[in-house]
Amino acid sequence: MSTEAVLMMIVALVIVWGGLVVSILALRARPERADYPAGGEDDHREDTEILRHDT
Amino acid sequence: MSAEHKAAPREQFTGQVGFILSAIGSAVGLGNIWRFPGVAYENGGGAFMVPYLIALLTAGIPILFLDYALGHRFRGGAPQAFRRVKGWLESLGWFQVMICILIAVYYAAVVAWAGSFFVYSFGLDWGDDAAAFFVGEHLQLADVGGADPWLTFDFVAAVLIPLVIVWIAVIAVLAAGVVKGVQRANVVFIPLLVVAFGILVVRSLFLEGAIDGLNVLFTPDWSALGDADVWIAAYGQIFFSLSVAFGIMITYSSYRARKANMTSPGLVVAFSNSGFELLAGIGVFSALGFLASQEGVTVADLNFQGVLLAFVTFPTIVSEMPGGAFFGALFFGSLVMAGFTSLVSILQVVSAALQEKFALSRRAATLGMGLVLGAVSVLGFSTTTGLVLLDTVDAFVNNIGIVASAVFMCVFVVWVYRKAPELRYHLNAVSTTQVGRWWYACVGVIVPVMLVVMLVQYVILRIDEPYEGYDTTYLLYAGWGSVLLLFVGAILFTLPRWRGATAFTAWPTYPPTQDPAVMKEASR
Repeated sequence: MSTEAVLMMIVALVIVWGGLVVSILALRARPERADYPAGGEDDHREDTEILRHDT
Repeated sequence: MSAEHKAAPREQFTGQVGFILSAIGSAVGLGNIWRFPGVAYENGGGAFMVPYLIALLTAGIPILFLDYALGHRFRGGAPQAFRRVKGWLESLGWFQVMICILIAVYYAAVVAWAGSFFVYSFGLDWGDDAAAFFVGEHLQLADVGGADPWLTFDFVAAVLIPLVIVWIAVIAVLAAGVVKGVQRANVVFIPLLVVAFGILVVRSLFLEGAIDGLNVLFTPDWSALGDADVWIAAYGQIFFSLSVAFGIMITYSSYRARKANMTSPGLVVAFSNSGFELLAGIGVFSALGFLASQEGVTVADLNFQGVLLAFVTFPTIVSEMPGGAFFGALFFGSLVMAGFTSLVSILQVVSAALQEKFALSRRAATLGMGLVLGAVSVLGFSTTTGLVLLDTVDAFVNNIGIVASAVFMCVFVVWVYRKAPELRYHLNAVSTTQVGRWWYACVGVIVPVMLVVMLVQYVILRIDEPYEGYDTTYLLYAGWGSVLLLFVGAILFTLPRWRGATAFTAWPTYPPTQDPAVMKEASR
């Protein structure tokens, strides 16, 4: 392989796979937010036609 | 849950890993394996990585986030999500569902071929002439080369039987639900795919001539960077390979819990997709280098793109290498897994839309859809003219249908109804990676501009020269007819009354309301 080709292959691999590793590490470091806006309970109010939590 | 109109609660992925693997399963498909290597080679080799990476950051990831935000905020498949943006936009959702319907019917056939070739590879059944075997013996293509007759109903058992099996399998997965079907299939197949494909790539790196193949792929042609077509090819590759803008990512993200991280997993999905693509490029070009050295030709003389790469060139390589049967089984096994997980995601879009609009149970929607689409798929694609129809529908639906769908999304959601700030606020409120204002420029300007250029260029090209030199009357019905069908289907599905649940309040509230305690403090 020519030097130029080797260099481009390495650069591409480092950026794409490096990006993958960084994004995985970032997600593992902070998997979820600690704070959310008020509300948003998954009580399925909008999924059912009859409100089940009122009775 | 005895009352009839008490719909079951919305299904949910069990967590981050299940969602990420499912989204990767959808994004990594046949296009990653057989489209990327050829596109990269033809558009500047190593230099192509520059526009490719820029396209990933300025178009791929932004439009992925747009899909995520729509599905997650408005909690529905494509028609329901767009309906909650603006009533009449439900039709855009159905336009995307129609794209999925048309893709599913032929995509299943390709998965079925790969399944057959997986079996053939144990005995290297294709012999010395893989091309003749594929179009002749396997597909029994009417008048090889593609001319009269254009449409027959002469069924080919070798295609029909595996195709029926693929439909039964995919319906079984979808009927089992998001967690026990979709998620489970992806959790099994995606790691298996990575391992199988990894072995394949490492093996091909040690073949004679592999280095020459890589040299051909990665030698940069820097002059390509000045060529507008190369940039369009890069945006096209990113766009097609991420499976964005036709409902899949909207549907999948609607199955995440409300309080769930969206953008950080999105980055993992986007980089995994490109990482797999790059791996495929290395594997494919190593193998092509080997074949070129065996046959005493240059890589440029070989078929390295699309259906022929997979079903003609690869079998030839397998025949010539030591331990070919194992290598062949790994390759076609990988194709089956990559294709199957994508097919599952495509059909989940259709199933979710039917469940939500017509208040159907999951089982009823899945079985009904499976019977109808399975029948269409068998009628159209297991005959002696299946390959020609597949090739035509694929080209028109992808290059015109999906691109138009993305343009509509940007125009209506971002420009006309100005939802971008609300969607960005939503993403930032639930995610750990924050989306900056740059996102508006990407989904409001860069993406639509690049896609409109692509669309206009492609339409002009197709008007000027018939696709693949096929008969113009045939193209009018099969090609332009497919595009027309997308619009007709979108209208027809929008017209009936919405029977599913309609009450809905988006969370978190936008514009964000102040915390009452804080406001009280401030007013004192």
